[in-house]
Amino acid sequence: MYKRIAAINFGLLSPKVIKKMATVEITRYDLYDKDGYPVEGGVMDPRLGVVDPGLRCRVCGGGVGTCLGHFGYLELARPVIHVSHVKTIYKILRSTCEKCGRVLETPEELKKSDNPLYDLYVAKKTKCPHCGAKQRKIKLQKPYTFTIDDKPLTPLEIREWFERIPDEDLKLLNIKGGRPEWLIITLLPIPPVTVRPSITLETGERSEDDLTHKLVDIVRINQRLKDNISIGAPDFIIDDLWELLQYHVATYFDNNLSGVPQARHRSGRALRTLAQRLKGKEGRFRNNLSGKRVNFSSRTVISPDPMISINEVGVPEVVAKELTVPIKVNKRNISFLKSIIKKGPNAIDGANYVIRPDGRKKKITEENKNEIAEEIDIGYSVERHLKDGDIVVFNRQPSLHRMSMMAHKVRLTPWRTFTLNLCVCAPYNADFDGDEMNLHVPQTEEAQTEAKRLMLVENHIRSPRFGGPLIGCIQDHISGNYLLTKKETKIKKEDAIQILQNIGIEADVTRDLTGKELFSYLLPKDLNMEFKSNACIGCEKCDKEKCPYDYYVVIRNGELKNGVIDSKAIGREKGLIVDLIEKKYGSSKAREFLDRVSKLGINFLSRHGFTIGLSDVEVPAEAKRKIKKAVEESERECGILIKNYEKGEVKQIPGQTIKESLETHILKTLRKVLDKASDIIEENIKENCAVVMAKSGARGSMLNLTQLAGCIGQQTTQGERINRGYKMRTLPHFKRGELSPDAHGFVPSSFKDGLNPFEFFFNAMNGREGLMDKSLRTRKSGYMERRLVNALQDLKVEYDGTVRDDRGVIVQFTPGEDKIDPSKSEWGGINIDRIIEDEMGKGA
Amino acid sequence: MKWERVHKMYEELISNLELPEKIKEDMSKSFEIYKPTKSQAKKIIDRIVNTYKKMLYEPGEAIGVIAAQSISEPATQMTMRTYHVAGAAAKQVSLGLPRLIEIVDARREPTTPMMEIYMKKEFNTKEDAAKVAKKIKETKLKNIVLEDVIDLVNSEVELKIDINYLNNLDMNMESLKKTLKKYIKNYDITTEDTTVKITSKKETTIRELQKLKLKIFDISLRGIRGITQTIVTKKGNEWMIITLGSNIKKVLGIKELDPTRIYSNNISEVEKLFGIEAARNVIISESSKTLADQGLDVDPRHLILVGDTMTMDGTIKAIGRYGVSGEKRSVLARANFETTVKHLTDAAVEGEVDRLDSIIENVLINQVAPIGTAMCDLVFKPKTSKEK
Repeated sequence: MYKRIAAINFGLLSPKVIKKMATVEITRYDLYDKDGYPVEGGVMDPRLGVVDPGLRCRVCGGGVGTCLGHFGYLELARPVIHVSHVKTIYKILRSTCEKCGRVLETPEELKKSDNPLYDLYVAKKTKCPHCGAKQRKIKLQKPYTFTIDDKPLTPLEIREWFERIPDEDLKLLNIKGGRPEWLIITLLPIPPVTVRPSITLETGERSEDDLTHKLVDIVRINQRLKDNISIGAPDFIIDDLWELLQYHVATYFDNNLSGVPQARHRSGRALRTLAQRLKGKEGRFRNNLSGKRVNFSSRTVISPDPMISINEVGVPEVVAKELTVPIKVNKRNISFLKSIIKKGPNAIDGANYVIRPDGRKKKITEENKNEIAEEIDIGYSVERHLKDGDIVVFNRQPSLHRMSMMAHKVRLTPWRTFTLNLCVCAPYNADFDGDEMNLHVPQTEEAQTEAKRLMLVENHIRSPRFGGPLIGCIQDHISGNYLLTKKETKIKKEDAIQILQNIGIEADVTRDLTGKELFSYLLPKDLNMEFKSNACIGCEKCDKEKCPYDYYVVIRNGELKNGVIDSKAIGREKGLIVDLIEKKYGSSKAREFLDRVSKLGINFLSRHGFTIGLSDVEVPAEAKRKIKKAVEESERECGILIKNYEKGEVKQIPGQTIKESLETHILKTLRKVLDKASDIIEENIKENCAVVMAKSGARGSMLNLTQLAGCIGQQTTQGERINRGYKMRTLPHFKRGELSPDAHGFVPSSFKDGLNPFEFFFNAMNGREGLMDKSLRTRKSGYMERRLVNALQDLKVEYDGTVRDDRGVIVQFTPGEDKIDPSKSEWGGINIDRIIEDEMGKGA
Repeated sequence: MKWERVHKMYEELISNLELPEKIKEDMSKSFEIYKPTKSQAKKIIDRIVNTYKKMLYEPGEAIGVIAAQSISEPATQMTMRTYHVAGAAAKQVSLGLPRLIEIVDARREPTTPMMEIYMKKEFNTKEDAAKVAKKIKETKLKNIVLEDVIDLVNSEVELKIDINYLNNLDMNMESLKKTLKKYIKNYDITTEDTTVKITSKKETTIRELQKLKLKIFDISLRGIRGITQTIVTKKGNEWMIITLGSNIKKVLGIKELDPTRIYSNNISEVEKLFGIEAARNVIISESSKTLADQGLDVDPRHLILVGDTMTMDGTIKAIGRYGVSGEKRSVLARANFETTVKHLTDAAVEGEVDRLDSIIENVLINQVAPIGTAMCDLVFKPKTSKEK
């Protein structure tokens, strides 16, 4: 049974409590004596806890790890203000009477107010309603000095003032954590050494923690102040020292106060004191509490493996020998576990540790493995190596959505990298240019089953973002299936048998097959669907089954009758076939389909041959001429526009100046060229590998091809033609004030023909802007995600079907207005037509 | 007659189902197209109801985190470019990531406020729309000034007026003088031909004259305050006006316009005028429009949740330190997000108690957070070995 923390109380420490919880009074500012032992009564007093291994704590008898340390206290010669509470102190000073300490408003009056705290803190009163004393003006001189009618108000006086405030008035001020005078420090708690361990360098030198340095400063100044007071030194010396003590205590709490010079280490580095330890990304909260370091995890480079399932991850044997799963010994498995232990820690499928019933761990070595195997009994646990079929959680950063962490089944490999199926690149956003990924091994049965049931890859095929399949085929899978399912593709009987064998289907093939017939082997026997493929060019009148290009897909009873399979059918974020199979037959069938269809694509492609080269972007001379003509024509058009502009005859666009209107017109004209060039290329280029990729949606687009073969087009920065650079011109090659397309980043060449120097320069400008934009964007959207998650993380669906936050406040009565979970929906709803067609047999 | 009977049969079958209205509507529409027989229809309905039941949210679903991730994961792919020119209409709208952040931040004033106004049926012509568009567009004095001279010797400001423009606004020099007089005192205003002279009654500095010039340049002559641009377009077979700048209150009073269909992207303005429910709808429609513009597919349910969270307590709260996150009940949750030290020290003074009932605090102290599969608990408490 676990102990649960039910609640955490926040409050102020009274001097009494500080004294009570302390074991030592700190009186000396030296740390160690001549022999190197810590001084008693010093800041490193041994009674404050142990940090050196082997030593026992004098107070509680615990060693390192069991003794959490003990507080000490320091009696300050004069009280100082707690900087983090300065604003609160100021508020209390302004809202209480300086004489009687009562709140400067009668409770009856406050009851009437809508915002009593506001009235108290902000509304100024010059006379106390209780004792009638005149109130002087209080001012806060940042960072921590108070004045009353421009005369300084010492912490001593503030403390006395606060002591006068009656308890019942504190409630009005909303102070419920303790007495306000505790905001003025008289006793300073000295944190245990475990909070500020000193490090011993290799040279034997001791290096103290920043907090220790700060504490030494405080104790030293405190001592000097004490001495000076006792010898009756003049006031100004005491005030100076008091001020210095205040400074040191202030920077001890927060070393980043505005208007206060930072306390520095001898080397000049600013000290990292209490506030800095907690704050920000590297602070305790975000770095150590929200995210913790974990055991049973591993990280290495990833590489692709098309032959494993999307549910699997290839784990190197070396890794598997380090990562372990604890197995409790029982009657049934004891002999099996003994055999595993006997294999030892170095064999695959061995074991590394046994855990005795008292919780102690024993390492298994080659020498003692047989001995331990005999020793184990019911009540022991054995930490055995990772083996095939174990559930692990796999993750790639940045973890932008829940699909960035999914459970996989282990597949041991003899290699040195984690391997994964290419279809799961999409949810992780992974590629193989050196990406690394993390792997975690759930340790309890509870965790393992949850991972398996909830986090397994196949359960995440459908994305909660839009309700469609996020996992799908990519690149060669699509090219392969596209080429395979083209009308003219024929597969010899032998090849068909071989391919089917490779993708794990056993079938009797008795004759040569068409590509479509081969593909049909993967489909469930009662699958019916019709849709337009990605390559569809969107004719005005769709001929459906009789599509002359074979771009209309028809599947009847699991037979691909018509159409080519491309990214619309099996690709990620589109994959209609994947989508239907997932919905109709469940996610494990969808996983099976994905595994097979991706293998099919690759298998076919490696037989067929697939490559791209320079010749793929070759177009007939005729087409080149056409593009050149189109470019020249638009340049002429721009010339006319410019001439008109010079004459002052440009059609002005409302809301823009004449110059801006001209730019808009020119930009529009030049954009058209690219479209025209794209059309020309599409008509004239012969179907080669590059075109197959673009058409099927495997990779690249017609625009990419156009830029390679035809014309790059207008380069822009910040949505405009390129206008920056030199005075009145972009580059010294042009005349000042020239407005022609060439002078402002229009690039008529293609990448294949090559760019002249200034075209290249403009292109680089375009590229650089893209880079800048990208890095800026990731930062901004990262912060937005953090804020969104933080604001929404407590919302959950309750058993009564409402959405509530952590307070139980209802945010939505029906989640999403119709209770439909998008991650279970079909593109955000129910596909009614599909059900009707299915039921009425119209699809058949 | 027969068709009517079939129609009625469908109605009867569908109307009593416990399904969302939208699905019911879609069903009757599809039934009308496919015309199933009664037995077929029953089977179909059974399947749809079953499918629907399978799609329901499960208790414990961390709906908030999923919504947040679903919005921000595609946001990484958005463009940063603030402006984009949509054809010749020169419609400039802030979009992409900056706009999304703006919505989530609940800024008072969007960088590009906009309105969409529809015409009433009887005024649904291009001419009427153009007339209204002209009427509501704000013309400031600076728009009609061709030339301005500051004459220091006579301490006067001399403005040369575009007289055609002025007449276009149904004004003449005389009425212009009158308008100006309303705004500036201590100056003499004389007009002659196409120039206006504003002379100081007493000695002034050049600085004051400059200030004066800027002041009178900003004087609104015609139209509705804030509306800098109007564009007349056709949507379907309806004429409508798109305006840059938003001022719903003033536009509502114009008789040619349909007051029931005015749309503005200024969330706080909508809230002030039409209440929090309207503001919520604007948050949802604006954010989904922003995402759709970028070609990103995000389920509207996620945006609805964000909209509901921001407007939950009747005011618009920002997503972030000064809004939803800053108002959390749990001290640790607030401290974990931003301004750590302040939240902790204030909690100490006020003696706050953290009941550890939300997610992040339990993560901080290594306890199972009450969400998802950990939301339930065992009623049965097994005895420990000692108790036995």
